[in-house]
Amino acid sequence: MANPSALAGHQDHAHDDHADHKLGFIQRWLFSTNHKDIGTLYLIFAIIAGTIGGAISGIMRLELAAPGIQYLTWFTDGNLDASYHLWNVFITGHGLIMVFFTVMPAMIGGFGNWFVPIMIGAPDMAFPRMNNVSFWLLVPSFLLLCGSMFVEGPAGFNGAGTGWTVYPPLSTQGHPGPAVDMAILSLHIAGASSILGAINFITTILNMRAPGMTLHKMPLFVWSVLVTAFLLLLSLPVLAGAITMLLTDRNFGTHFFTADGGGDPVLYQHLFWFFGHPEVYILILPGFGMVSQIISTFSKKPVFGYLGMAYAMVAIGFIGFLVWAHHMFTAGLDVNTKMYFTAATMIIAVPTGIKIFSWIATMWGGSMTYETPMLWAIGFIFMFTVGGVTGVILANGGVDTYFHDTYYVVAHFHYVLSLGAVFAIFAGFYYWFGKMSGKPYNEFLGKLHFWVFFIGVNIMFFPMHFLGADGMPRRIPDYPEMYAYWNQIASFGYAVMGVGMLIFFLNLVVSLSSRRRVEGNYWGEGATTLEWTLSSPPPFHQFETLPVIK
Amino acid sequence: MTTQLEIAKRRTGWLAALGAVSMIGAAYAAVPLYRLFCQVTGYNGTVSRADASSLPDAARVQALGGQMIRIRFDATTAAGLPWRFKPRQITNDIKIGEKALAYYTATNTSAKTIVGRATYNVSPDTAGQYFRKIECFCFTEQSLAPGQTVEMPVIYYIDPAILDDPSANRISEITLSYTFFPQAD
Repeated sequence: MANPSALAGHQDHAHDDHADHKLGFIQRWLFSTNHKDIGTLYLIFAIIAGTIGGAISGIMRLELAAPGIQYLTWFTDGNLDASYHLWNVFITGHGLIMVFFTVMPAMIGGFGNWFVPIMIGAPDMAFPRMNNVSFWLLVPSFLLLCGSMFVEGPAGFNGAGTGWTVYPPLSTQGHPGPAVDMAILSLHIAGASSILGAINFITTILNMRAPGMTLHKMPLFVWSVLVTAFLLLLSLPVLAGAITMLLTDRNFGTHFFTADGGGDPVLYQHLFWFFGHPEVYILILPGFGMVSQIISTFSKKPVFGYLGMAYAMVAIGFIGFLVWAHHMFTAGLDVNTKMYFTAATMIIAVPTGIKIFSWIATMWGGSMTYETPMLWAIGFIFMFTVGGVTGVILANGGVDTYFHDTYYVVAHFHYVLSLGAVFAIFAGFYYWFGKMSGKPYNEFLGKLHFWVFFIGVNIMFFPMHFLGADGMPRRIPDYPEMYAYWNQIASFGYAVMGVGMLIFFLNLVVSLSSRRRVEGNYWGEGATTLEWTLSSPPPFHQFETLPVIK
Repeated sequence: MTTQLEIAKRRTGWLAALGAVSMIGAAYAAVPLYRLFCQVTGYNGTVSRADASSLPDAARVQALGGQMIRIRFDATTAAGLPWRFKPRQITNDIKIGEKALAYYTATNTSAKTIVGRATYNVSPDTAGQYFRKIECFCFTEQSLAPGQTVEMPVIYYIDPAILDDPSANRISEITLSYTFFPQAD
């Protein structure tokens, strides 16, 4: 790991802007090529998109609070069929927004851009202008997705109600209107943005490490982004290919997935999940990296089993490409295929277990303190473990026949993503808030945010296990009376979580308007990576002379 | 000025771009590969095509002791195709390994000529690779004038190898399903 004592001589720059860098607002933010500014843009974008995606889920939880259709009809003048379709549009929008426009931009674009170059001792990303392109592709992509909700999908109804998986034939024959074309184009652009970003990260990490920073000395967050970038690079083009085939099936008379032309809709599922499974690791791996840094900082110990942690992420990334059909256990696979995919999926629990136990071992015997980032990181470990356990259950081909498309699956992937990934994002956000803004966050509001959010999301998502085990299907706006009890509790949980988010925004306002400033390394001896050798916020250009790592 | 770092960055960048482009290629290559894979393994209930010469000889069929299997016939038309499409027999009980013949009939009930095309598969999926068709009307375009009726034969046999496959040898009934789709032009 980097040793800051080797860095004497180019520590804190006294001022955070150079005389030759007085950029106008447009130049600085629209034409930005600075990795920290682009990282900030990504974070702002993720917060905005996350608020929209979260508001959509708020409408969903409101509707699900009681049986019957109460609220969706407000949007559709009482038309019940339109309400049912609107529901499908909401779940599609919520999924795509949270995956492509909230978690990915926050983790990879936001924290990745901000801290990968600094942590490896590089002045900036390898291709700064391409970095700008990556960010600004995301904006039209997001607008296209939001716009698709307001143009015709199926005959007579607006929006793409296909789910984030966009399976044919629903997405082809089922949606003749342009909504699905807009959504596909949106995914194309978001995919291009991420592929460019991945190329940028790979090039930066492989070529621009400071002298002495070998791969085996890189901070784990950098390792996590490197593995993530490779997953993006190899999986997103497959999605791009699959949705291009969808697009030509829809508009140009090809028959990749249409049965009447000799195509096979199940092939789309294979292609989608060959992307989709690595994608869920893309969403969580940078979180692994951040949590490793944070646990180490607040335990004031180096990470336990550093190399094992790094290669566990490599292993998770690699195996992630070999397990895709566990999303398709009910699509007609034969028994032997299911056995393979069950076994391969369960193997992922091994490197994941290495990570969980190494985090615990890092904390073990450490002189721990419980500032807000540490609370979120420990919360992450708890949530991810719960989600991981249900994941091992769902990995069984036989069990999955029962659980497939029930709320049990919804509970599972929200525990690993909504709670795992989002907890990691908040952990990183509080950990680096002072570093990014130069101002301290409000510790009381941070902790209050954590506890309210933690209790809220658990009240919201834990009952979904019971609903799923009782057979409640996912993707439905209405349900029989028997599911009412736990659904109502889940909706209360959403409200509690919503209060938690209000505290977050309050904290954001309070902290950003603070007049106080934080020092370069405000976490003290436990914070050993290179960003803590710089001022807070770091100078506009850091490491003009490269740091040397012992 | 092109420094060494600049050259290294460009090399890595282009290599990574090449990786991304070849994965797009791999996605498209998956289309023919998947079809081939299904044909070879009978995946997804893909039926194998065969010709009469591959029929097991009489002695082999005799040796099986005349084990029977029931074939059930199913016919569907896709939405928007005004045809009456039915199998002439609901089921056939046949000897494993012996050539059998079945008929489907289709009638155009509309007032204009319509071209249709049929796809098929069998259920359960694992039986696909043992269901061998010698002659069928799959994937050929069928044009029907108003009110016209055609009879379409299917000549097939069940490969005796089904009895040696532990995941398929307990199958006592195989459903052959045809779906007719309208052709757009």
